Order: sequence, then C-alpha cells, then structure tokens
Amino acid sequence: MSIELPHYLFVASAVFALGFFGVLLRRNTLVIFMSLELMLSASILALVAFSRYNSTPEAPLYSGNVFVLFIIAIAACEVAVGLAIIVALWRRRQTVDVAEIAEMKN
Amino acid sequence: MDWLFFILAALTLIPAFFVAVARNPVNAAMSMIIALVGMAGLMVLLETYFLAILQVLVYAGAIVVLFLFIIMLIDVEKAPPAGWVRSLAAAIALLLMLAGVWSLTFSGQAGPFAELSTPAPMAASKIFGVELFTRYMLPFQVAGFMLLIAMIGVIVLSKKFVETDSQKGSDA
Repeated sequence: MSIELPHYLFVASAVFALGFFGVLLRRNTLVIFMSLELMLSASILALVAFSRYNSTPEAPLYSGNVFVLFIIAIAACEVAVGLAIIVALWRRRQTVDVAEIAEMKN
Repeated sequence: MDWLFFILAALTLIPAFFVAVARNPVNAAMSMIIALVGMAGLMVLLETYFLAILQVLVYAGAIVVLFLFIIMLIDVEKAPPAGWVRSLAAAIALLLMLAGVWSLTFSGQAGPFAELSTPAPMAASKIFGVELFTRYMLPFQVAGFMLLIAMIGVIVLSKKFVETDSQKGSDA
C-alpha cells in the first residue's frame, strides 16, 4: 500500500474533527481557541496535499501553496486579535469560562 | 517512506486528541506544538519544504508562544472534569465526523483522487518569491496591510481597558 492523497486527506480531516471535539468538550476560552487553530491548520494541510497532487508538469508551482502562505499570515492576525479579546474579557470579568459568560443567553 | 507517513500521522493525531482532553491549558499548548510539528513533517513528505518551515516558525513558534504567554498572564486554573452529557455529546460528534471522513476518503465511494504526476520543482522558495511579487502582488500587499491593521487593533483593544481601569481608580 502506497501513500496517496486520501491518506493525507484523512489525517487532515481527522485533525479537523479532533479540533471540533475540543471546541465542544472544553469550556475554557483559551483551549477552545487552540482547538480552532488546530482546525485551521488541518485545513492548511488538506490544501497543501491537494495542491501537491493536482500539480501538472505544465504548472508545477501549485498556486494553492501561495494561498497557504496568505492563510498563515491571516491566521497570525487572527490569533493576535483573538487573544487580545480574551485578555480584555479576563480584565473585565476575571473569567474565561464560556459557561459563566452567558449574559446574552436570555 | 510509508512508515514515516504513519509515524508522522500518529505524531499529529495523538497530540491533537490530547489538546482536546488535557485539563491543564499548558499541557494542551505543549501537545499543540507536537501536533503542529507533525503536520510540518507531513508537509515535508509532500515536498513543500518552504511551507513546512513556515508552519514550524509561525504556528509552532509564534502562535503557541503567544498562547503560552496569555496562559501565564491570565493564570487559568485547571479545568474541572467535563460533565458526562457534554463528554458524550462531544464524543458522538467526533465519531460521526470521523465516520464521515472515513467514508469520504477510504470507502471508495468518493470520486477518483488525483495521482502524483510531476516531481516537486527545485528551488521552490525562488518560485514562491517570483510568484508573490508578480502574480500575487495585490494579495501580498493586502496581507501586509492586514497585519498592520491587526497590530493596531490589538494595541487599541488592550489600551482601552487599561485607560478605563485607571479612570475608575482615579474616580474612586
């Protein structure tokens, strides 16, 4: 059995599923955010695998890789802003537990 | 090379599971480093060395360090064990997603997957640079501008609350 595209896609999607599992299971905002980052990273892996396997001799540079570069840049922005929001939340409420932040529930 | 793929896949999936179930956020962040490095290894197997290095530098380096810094800053306590209803719901969701993923990749019902038809180009980072500064010039500049906006946004977000706190302190 040789390693083909479905194997990489399975690993990427399984990491995505595990990140989703973490989002559902944990109540700490920071750990939820970490799981979200894992999901984003899994989608990056899937994009890299797709672009590697769909490259042709005419177009050996897979444009998907350039987009992965942009995705990583945007992910860095997103983490910076998200963590700043979490710190602001902590300063205001002294908690990062999503079960205790429920003002908008009712 | 097959065994290398399986080792790296295990190195990615097992720590990814521990990110979800670790009760101490620091342990979750450490597991996340290992999972991201495993993903970088899979990218090396896909012969995209530049992105693998970028993944290690940006994700496993900068982002996880930022997470650890915030964990130290806000001093989160160890989480209590999750209730069984939520654990059960999350486990069911995980199993459903894994079943769906399995049927999409290995069951043979999905369409034919692309085959590897060309070797990876030599000097990939050179091609990267040329493409970035020719065809993808506009997205490149937009991404740079986005980083600037994010930096300003973070400064504003963290500055505002400091000011209101000090104002409250001076009023009281």
